[in-house]
Amino acid sequence: MKVGVCIKRVPGTDSRITIADPASGPALGDVSWEVNPYDSFAIEAALQLQEAGTASDVVVFTVCGADGDAKIRDALAMGKKGKSGASKAVRLDDAAFAGSDALGIARILAAAVKKEGVDIVFAGKQAIDGDSSQVPAMMAEVLGWPSVCEVTDLEVSASGVKAWRQAGGGKREVVELPTPCVVTADKGLNTPRYPTLPGIMMAKRKPIEVLDAAAIGVDPSTVGSAASSVTFTNWSPPAARPPGRILEGETDAVVTELITLLRDEAKVL
Amino acid sequence: MGSGILVVCEHENGAPKKTAYELLSKARELSSTLGGGISAVVVGTGDAADLGEYGATTVYTADGADFASGSTGARVSALAAAIEAAQPAVVIGSACAQTRESFPRLAARIGAGMASDCTDLKVDGGAVIARRPMYAGKAFAEVAISSSVALYTVRPNSFPGAAPSGGSAAVSPLQVTVSGADMAAKVVGIEEPKSEIVDLTEANRIVSGGRPVDSSDNFDSLIRPLGIALGATVGASRAAVDAGYAPHNEQVGQTGKVVNPSLYVACAISGAIQHLAGMRTSRVIVAINKNPEAPIFQHATYGIVGDIFEVVPKLTEEAKKQGIGA
Repeated sequence: MKVGVCIKRVPGTDSRITIADPASGPALGDVSWEVNPYDSFAIEAALQLQEAGTASDVVVFTVCGADGDAKIRDALAMGKKGKSGASKAVRLDDAAFAGSDALGIARILAAAVKKEGVDIVFAGKQAIDGDSSQVPAMMAEVLGWPSVCEVTDLEVSASGVKAWRQAGGGKREVVELPTPCVVTADKGLNTPRYPTLPGIMMAKRKPIEVLDAAAIGVDPSTVGSAASSVTFTNWSPPAARPPGRILEGETDAVVTELITLLRDEAKVL
Repeated sequence: MGSGILVVCEHENGAPKKTAYELLSKARELSSTLGGGISAVVVGTGDAADLGEYGATTVYTADGADFASGSTGARVSALAAAIEAAQPAVVIGSACAQTRESFPRLAARIGAGMASDCTDLKVDGGAVIARRPMYAGKAFAEVAISSSVALYTVRPNSFPGAAPSGGSAAVSPLQVTVSGADMAAKVVGIEEPKSEIVDLTEANRIVSGGRPVDSSDNFDSLIRPLGIALGATVGASRAAVDAGYAPHNEQVGQTGKVVNPSLYVACAISGAIQHLAGMRTSRVIVAINKNPEAPIFQHATYGIVGDIFEVVPKLTEEAKKQGIGA
């Protein structure tokens, strides 16, 4: 079984996001990039399947320019020497892809996944930049494959996938689906490993295939800014909160004052 | 090009969820300038309940085992059929477990643009414009969608639920063809939680604990009792979760749940940027922390500088005495 993993590079969780211009959005020149944290759970899931002998090969997919290669190498560096690790990455890069909305990105990834011929595609449940959480499920729909999103437990066999997902109200749904399929990872699915030094050395020699629209058979008019129907404008930092109040005094008096304020002033109790 | 608003209403235990009324209230407000009327759709029940009294003139229903099973594919086909029947310009749903997978699939199936997790909707120039957090709330942007149908999911607690308007709705059962592909992923079981809890993302009150809580036993003896006393759901910081003091599904922050309650009580949480990202839209924030310099105090509505091991038990006692969580 061949497994694909879709990744994206994003500003790290510790990054401050400043708005350069309300029309164009955040200034990302100074942020430190990392592989989207949820994608790390997806990579780990794929590597565990490889180590269990269920998956024979792992391929990483991403849509970005050459400036994303360093983070692709981070993903390729995960694994155990001689046992696991992605064999290559496929970087989807074409001027026609620029300005794609989520559906455009989904079409690009779907075409690449189809060309490569994989049985399961893993992805993070969302990328922590746009936080849209749309691309993997859209990709599944474009492929006509079943999907299960936000998975916290997983069993994979030759016959298919059994996955557990949060269903609201603290419930967990158990979902069974055949391959080929798309699975998105939530925190809790596993604990992603850190790359080892041999892994990092090996990753330097792994191929990054760069494919354009023609190579994956995508009609350029269905992707990129021309096909995008979603526009982000009027960017702003979060609204400043009105200054708060520090309650001072003996603990007994302070907690009574707090309850009173929450009930009578803030009216939240 | 369609017109009007279709509201996807979630239900639980035989009744519409609070989010259904929140969305219908907002739809009424938008509809007064947008025009085109309001319809609603419920999937998994034939019961339109009282949705007509809240502004929907037609309620489409998709009833039957496939729709009640939790199948994403069946739900997508039902929503596509509702869109076909209602011909709306705008579809709004709650940002919840039921829409997270089905709305993107629906968008891809009908070729629509979508904005997730919006916190506000307005009408501008004859079209709906959404406002939504990006980078986990470190920035906000407005979203315009140019496809003939625009899909939006809205974060729970973003809008107040209005009083009923006294109308009534025609109930229209949908004719939906569920394909084999729709049912390829099957929900084969549901595991009930150990206790009945409100989901963090939908909770109106949240009490969270940070790393200084220091053990899962202390979470159970200190934080959870305050949660019960305040009628609140319990959350935790990333550091507390990574240390094993609370389960992953209780993590609030950029790589956990993004929450939007009326009241957020942060116990021994310093206010790291990735935590703030997950809870900064809370209406009222209470911070209890022994470090007066903790960044959380800059965001708190009310702050108490003190040791949680002293303050929290007393707060729990006082809340109990006043019958808050009852």
